[in-house]
Amino acid sequence: MSTNPSNAASNFLVVGERTNITGSPKFSKALKAGDWDACLAIAKQQVESGANIIDINVDEALIDGETTMVKFLNLIAAEPDITRVPVMIDSSKWTVLDAGLQCLQGKGIVNSISLKDGEAEFLRRAKLLLRYGAAAVVMAFDEQGQAATRDEKVRICTRAYKLLTGRLGFPPEDIIFDPNILTVATGIEEHNNYAVDFIEATRIIKATLPHAKVSGGLSNISFSFRGNNPVREAMHTVFLYHAIKAGMDMAIVNAGMLGNYDEIEPTLRTLCEDVLLNRSPDATEKLITHADELKGRSLLAGDSGSLTTAAPADEWRNGSVEARLSHALVKGIDTFVDQDTEECRQKYPRPLDIIEGPLMDGMRVVGDLFGAGKMFLPQVVKSARVMKRAVAYLTPFMEAEKARAAAAGEATRAQGKFLIATVKGDVHDIGKNIVGVVLACNNYEVVDLGVMVPCDKILAEARRIGADVIGLSGLITPSLDEMVHVAREMKREGFTVPLLIGGATTSPAHTAVKVAPEYPHGVVHVLDASRVVNVVSSLLSPAQKPAFLAEVASRQEKSREEFNARRNKRPLLSLEQARARKQTHDWAAVDIPKPSFLGTQVFRDASVRELLDREFIDWGPFFSAWELHGRYPDILTDEVVGTEAAKLHRDALAMFERIIAENCFQPRAILTFWPANSIGDSVEIYTDESRTQVLHTFHFLRQQLEKPADQFNHCLADYIAPKSSGRPDYLGSFAVTAGPGVEQFSHEFKAAGDDYNAILVQALGDRIAEAMAEFFHKKERDLSGFGLTENLSPYDIIREKYRGIRPAPGYPACPDHRHKPQIWNLAPVEKEIGITLTESCAMYPASSVSGFYFNHPDSKYFAVGKLGRDQLADYAQRTGVPLAEHERWLGPYLDYDPS
Amino acid sequence: MPAESLPPESASFAALRELFAKRIVVLDGAMGSMVQTYGLTEDDFRGARFADYPHDLKGNNDLLCLTKPSVIEEIHAAYFAAGADIVETNTFSSTTIGMADYHLESIVTELNHAAVACARRAALAAEASTPGRRCFVAGAIGPLNRTLSMSPDVNRPDYRAVTWSQVVTAYTEQVRALIDAGVDVLLVETIFDTLNAKAALFAIEGVFEEKNIRLPVMISVTITDASGRTLSGQTTEAFYNSIRHAKPFSVGINCALGGRAMRPYIEELARIAECHVTCYPNAGLPNAFGGYDETPADMAEVLSEFARAGLVNLVGGCCGSTPPHIKAIADAVRELPSRPLPKIPPALRLSGLEPLIVA
Repeated sequence: MSTNPSNAASNFLVVGERTNITGSPKFSKALKAGDWDACLAIAKQQVESGANIIDINVDEALIDGETTMVKFLNLIAAEPDITRVPVMIDSSKWTVLDAGLQCLQGKGIVNSISLKDGEAEFLRRAKLLLRYGAAAVVMAFDEQGQAATRDEKVRICTRAYKLLTGRLGFPPEDIIFDPNILTVATGIEEHNNYAVDFIEATRIIKATLPHAKVSGGLSNISFSFRGNNPVREAMHTVFLYHAIKAGMDMAIVNAGMLGNYDEIEPTLRTLCEDVLLNRSPDATEKLITHADELKGRSLLAGDSGSLTTAAPADEWRNGSVEARLSHALVKGIDTFVDQDTEECRQKYPRPLDIIEGPLMDGMRVVGDLFGAGKMFLPQVVKSARVMKRAVAYLTPFMEAEKARAAAAGEATRAQGKFLIATVKGDVHDIGKNIVGVVLACNNYEVVDLGVMVPCDKILAEARRIGADVIGLSGLITPSLDEMVHVAREMKREGFTVPLLIGGATTSPAHTAVKVAPEYPHGVVHVLDASRVVNVVSSLLSPAQKPAFLAEVASRQEKSREEFNARRNKRPLLSLEQARARKQTHDWAAVDIPKPSFLGTQVFRDASVRELLDREFIDWGPFFSAWELHGRYPDILTDEVVGTEAAKLHRDALAMFERIIAENCFQPRAILTFWPANSIGDSVEIYTDESRTQVLHTFHFLRQQLEKPADQFNHCLADYIAPKSSGRPDYLGSFAVTAGPGVEQFSHEFKAAGDDYNAILVQALGDRIAEAMAEFFHKKERDLSGFGLTENLSPYDIIREKYRGIRPAPGYPACPDHRHKPQIWNLAPVEKEIGITLTESCAMYPASSVSGFYFNHPDSKYFAVGKLGRDQLADYAQRTGVPLAEHERWLGPYLDYDPS
Repeated sequence: MPAESLPPESASFAALRELFAKRIVVLDGAMGSMVQTYGLTEDDFRGARFADYPHDLKGNNDLLCLTKPSVIEEIHAAYFAAGADIVETNTFSSTTIGMADYHLESIVTELNHAAVACARRAALAAEASTPGRRCFVAGAIGPLNRTLSMSPDVNRPDYRAVTWSQVVTAYTEQVRALIDAGVDVLLVETIFDTLNAKAALFAIEGVFEEKNIRLPVMISVTITDASGRTLSGQTTEAFYNSIRHAKPFSVGINCALGGRAMRPYIEELARIAECHVTCYPNAGLPNAFGGYDETPADMAEVLSEFARAGLVNLVGGCCGSTPPHIKAIADAVRELPSRPLPKIPPALRLSGLEPLIVA
């Protein structure tokens, strides 16, 4: 039987994906249920539908990969109808691949190995594959990550090819490259060219790397259209048609779900082609519209399950009071909530019965819809607002009841108390507020201590209220250490309640490696608000808690092992080697603009209106903060989140109007330029153009990671002309803020129980601060001259497609937060625009941004990454600050254990 | 040029390459049927050393290298005299797993050393008696009675009586002993389960690395019946794709069938293998009495036809063949040209039970 998906090549191979746990819910279910007969039937069906090879992947958190892979391969070995074709053992875990290889009598393929873990590990694995006699899928992935563009793909594949054939004598015909099929039509512009990148990379790989093959996982390409199989099928067929013409040899696909290029309905085919070949800017939108029509047609007969099904606006008011409350909660309507709650109070014996009855029932619906991805965070927060209103209405009645109960000698206890705080030195709390709201929605009592909360206060409050769970939040890197400190103190003071860790700077790895070992009663990292309810309910259920904590502990143990293994495996370059690999410039020829002023200028005339009108607002992160993902403005019409995104956007614009009308924000900026030259990895700034008197020296850090020969080990100082070059150069700095009004205005809403608008204001404050940074960077480029000839759209500006960078202290290019107090000392930031620094160097108000300006034509953002002991020692010497202090501030970046 | 250099080749490598380039090479014949002619008793198998051993030892032919080395050496000598260029050591079952039936796991290394010594003595004697002649010793690595591809329990198809690492460990010990004792070549033979063979090849590669030397590796599979498949279900080409990574010096077919029945599969190997092709069949199929019917002239006729057709580089005999068979074969192929090594275009050559080639 042959499956020839695109009538483009007869030699093309279909790798069946249905025995891949990530590619087939049916297989996943059968495997988890231990229904081996069903698993074998799926494998058999794949071969019967024409799969030339079957891909087997059992990677799932709760499945023992090695044992399962071995068992399934042994079972397959007894089925000649299946095992007649070769097997592609597919796992992200080497141990699973290794175990699988020991079960294959045929010559199979391992999917995959890559340079992700460095050359040494790559070659070690490849060498073992030679001994086992297996072909290898090599992912276009290296130490820096996954290749997305054509050139990155080709570069990484070429490097892997040379290593394999040159160093190991690996047969080139046994190398199958997977140059990463990435999802298109996501709404993010950078993703639009992904199919073209893949196809072009394939063409180059096939032309330049003799005998190597190209494969890929097809279903990724159409992931944006999940739920719409006709469109996905068409996209797959069209993609293969072009990729095979470029030389693609095989693809992991559902062998039963491939069409014929010529038989695709012509409109759909053209639209798919427009999207895949990135032929027009509105291609995605058109395909989405067409897809909706197709879907609409197929759904005509059934219930769409959509939340937006129209009904006369007020019809819901005719239902029972319980139904009305539920509707109000799900829809986030607070107009009638007091009235309906009062009606309920007349009906139910106790106020608590209303909370535990109709209100919680409504919130359960909200929780289920949120969990199922049918409701989105902004809606949930609005639901919470309704819930809070209802609870606030009932509170006096409950207090009265409690007083009566207490008088009668009965004890009362809420279902779970959650104490949450942003740690000392940190002021960021949008995420923390969202977590608090989501938990409150689920009837946990949430005590929010706010921001910059010292450890002793957290612990004292936790004791006082009898917290069942403590949650810590933080956004800046020094907060990580503070969290470790809190964990240590909790242990010392004999706490036994679980500790949750969250916030942008935190990670499962850091939690596992640094925090969890300090506190034995459960430290759980929570990725975002959507996960927190499950975590807390597991922790508060005596039945689930032990198993949950055991699973967390084992995952953390593994994470620690991986961390240690990684750390030991990839030595950094010595500082000396890294410096030898710096980017060098022909300083005589570099264009060095002179800023139009030296010293400081303060700008108080920026207006929210102007930032808005001139499109300096980058809306993407705004939606992300609400856990809505997609590119602006496409997100407003997104198939899945479009309705909610559009609503949120309308609310945001209305709020901006109010902010403008009431002058709630006070955006300000301060810019400073100094004559400067670099000496090594440091930059001296001078009192004046005579450059005789050093005003201050900024010391920067250099990348020490081993990098490919054609890349540099960067340091910001490389972008400033060295003193020895004799060229006068300049360094700029800036600080911008949306103003203290943000926190005030937000607080007003919060005090009124309106978390939705409180969070909205904070999020808009952050957008204004970022817009200010962008706006003044543009001004800075104009002041330096070269910006005046820029011809960039607002969109390009937001995408930073201009010359020059503005790295911020505490961020990857200059990870040391202590550059901020240095800038504050050199320019009157606090006095002029009112930004203060906490002991962790966080800026308050939180809606503020500060950093340096580098105008070098080649300047670009980079991540300093891990730092070696030698660089820290050198840094201590350069700065005159004790090593231990540096190690504390730069803890997360250290490649070694300072203790 | 690979930067991570492979272990250097043994001296025998060049000598064998030269011999194979010159003419069709002759392997010896059966060991078991020859031993039978000596009518050895349980006491002969035990010798003085195992006189009081609590388990029966008759039938453990490999043990004779220790307890009746003169018999083994004599058989080797008879094959060299008949014209064999290479004899196989009497080590078909000399692994810890093979010796487990006799509870003799502990003497595996010793057995292999003794077996090589027997063969080497015969080889040196043959070389001495005909100046200029070169006689080679191949370390025979047989299959196991426990397989990695098949379950012994029909009700539990996923069950395996042995693990990959147990098989690798068992073969590693044998290979190490054979190389230490100085064999010229390793012969992984009578393969009926490819996965076991892959484990043997994996073990060999490990010992090569450990000893920093590389010997020629000859591989010989057994096609069980007229279906043209191995016992574990692979076609000839699927099998070849499974073991090609070991860069074998030769690949071929032995045992189970008589030469005539092997022809289509030998033909296939001759077409696809970039290395030398070997064929050492049984002296026909076993007859009703467990004996073999093909005469020396029969076998010589079949194998010389293969040679004339340009299919083979090495011929010899397996079960039922004797020194007269080998003599007849050697005489018959002496003047015939060897199969030239073909240039096979590079392709991704995969396999399940069947081959899959991606050009």
